Amino acid sequence: MDINTLRGLSTLFLLVVFIALVFWAYSDRRKKDFDEAANLPFVDDEPVESKDKVGEDS
Amino acid sequence: MSELNSALEHPQYNYKVVRQFAVMTVVWGIVGMLVGVLLAAQLVWPVLNFDTPWLSFGRLRPLHTNAVIFAFGGCALFSTSLFVVQRTCQARLISDKLAAFVFWGWQLVIVAAVITLPMGLTTSKEYAELEWPIDILITVVWVMYAILFFGTIMKRKTSHIYVANWFFGAFIITVAVLHIINSLAVPVGMFKSYSIYAGTVDAMVQWWYGHNAVGFFLTAGFLGIMYYFVPKQAGRPVYSYRLSIVHFWALIAVYIWAGPHHLHYTALPDWAQSLGMIMSLILLAPSWGGMINGMMTLSGAWDKLRTDPILRFLVVSLSFYGMSTFEGPMMSIKTVNALSHYTDWTIGHVHSGALGWVAMVSIGALYHLLPILFAKQQMYSIPLINVHFWMSTIGTVLYIASMWVNGILQGLMWRAYNQDGTLTYSFVESVEASYSGYLVRLIGGLIFFAGMLVMAYNLWMTARQPQDRSQPVPSAA
Ligand code: HEM
Ligand code: HEM
Repeated sequence: MDINTLRGLSTLFLLVVFIALVFWAYSDRRKKDFDEAANLPFVDDEPVESKDKVGEDS
Repeated sequence: MSELNSALEHPQYNYKVVRQFAVMTVVWGIVGMLVGVLLAAQLVWPVLNFDTPWLSFGRLRPLHTNAVIFAFGGCALFSTSLFVVQRTCQARLISDKLAAFVFWGWQLVIVAAVITLPMGLTTSKEYAELEWPIDILITVVWVMYAILFFGTIMKRKTSHIYVANWFFGAFIITVAVLHIINSLAVPVGMFKSYSIYAGTVDAMVQWWYGHNAVGFFLTAGFLGIMYYFVPKQAGRPVYSYRLSIVHFWALIAVYIWAGPHHLHYTALPDWAQSLGMIMSLILLAPSWGGMINGMMTLSGAWDKLRTDPILRFLVVSLSFYGMSTFEGPMMSIKTVNALSHYTDWTIGHVHSGALGWVAMVSIGALYHLLPILFAKQQMYSIPLINVHFWMSTIGTVLYIASMWVNGILQGLMWRAYNQDGTLTYSFVESVEASYSGYLVRLIGGLIFFAGMLVMAYNLWMTARQPQDRSQPVPSAA
């Protein structure tokens, strides 16, 4: 294979990986996990601090 | 100070190493910025080098960059990363001894730098000036730090790894790789070595290192700080966790390729320069992803900005981050770089990132952290934090505005030709024209520096405050 074909294909490959990543991150299945993760800074709070645990876009 | 009485021991976490690094962040910040102020003053009044080699601009400049980046910025990153990893993994650091080794090892590196750089011992590679014995020490300390950090992640009690830890993790791994590859050298004596790279390859490796030092040390690490302390201080979770994942992978994938923008119009092949330019332009997107995510975390809580100077520090730092990551891609465009390169514009860009972003986000995080570490309700004086905030903001604005003016002035003077093809201005005329800009920069720097003294006073008084807040109980127990 010509080196330039390889270069072109690898660019294409990375584009596909990126798009897959976006779909994965924005899929509904992940929402619950991510909301949980997003609240990690607050889980071991010392007694009461004001916190409103809203998930993203809710 | 504060040799750490046992009343400050936290039952669950190792706060001691966090506290040590936090205090040293302020100390090295003062030292590094004082050297910066002296450099700025020397550019106005060259006699200030007192004809002493130790105090000459060429030797103090690398001392400044090492002290502010690796001592001040480094301590801020060690402190916050070791705090955040414990809190978000709900696990104590794997080893207190290892933590102590990392702290003392890093201080030793800094002291070695403070001694050798003014002596004129240097590899002459920018941001990697330290000679090989110190480089080896850095490597050892850094590997121990990696073990400490990732070991703690491995014993976490939570199922997720919080996004801040991803950024810290990327910063730790990448800096290790960068440092080792760029520092490879053949020693020819205790204090002298030659890089194994030569010519154009040397330049490319150097700026692959240099730019990724910006990308991973001065950006990824501080984004880790942002992702914990902005949500904490605002009291709400980050705006979009999904965005944080996408921009994380995009950022680390793209940064690696942008180094050639430091080598436009050099012996580097044209295609590599163009590649660097394109990648730098793309870099705007993931950079702004981080800024937007941080800013939007405040949506619905903007009123807190009116009362909370700590939050103000964090948010203004994000604005400067957005500004410098817009400016950077612009300067990467070859035709723009033809004007900006070698001028004070670059220096202005550096400090909009360094003062506005790196220093201000660290200062904001420290004001959140220090009371926790000293088991106090809050800092000794909130109004003084506000004073510090305004000093930092005004200092930064004076610094970067004067450098923009100087940079464009210099760039235009250097490229002005007469009809017969001779240069319109001699170099020294452009130096003379820069004089007032240098004075304004010095004033801005002095104000920023004085703000650090205000912080040190506030820290001192906080540590001495009698009122203890009730020892935090681990929520599980
Ligand atoms: C009071 C604050 C500061 C002052 C007055 C100051 C002043 C200066 C001066 C005069 C220079 C040399 C410019 C030249 O060669 O023309 C410089 C360079 C530099 N400073 Fe600062 N500085 C300050 C804070 C910082 C901080 C906090 C950082 C980083 C976190 C930083 C990073 C740098 C870097 C990376 C360079 C080298 C720039 C280059 O080579 O393009 N400075 N600074
Ligand atoms: C998208 C992000 C960024 C891009 C594309 C970018 C691009 C650039 C460009 C084109 C230069 C000038 C190179 C030259 O003409 O010599 C430069 C210099 C520099 N930038 Fe950035 N920049 C970005 C963000 C940042 C940030 C956030 C910081 C600091 C926190 C930073 C720190 C520096 C430093 C220290 C230099 C001076 C290097 C030297 O010559 O010693 N940059 N950057």
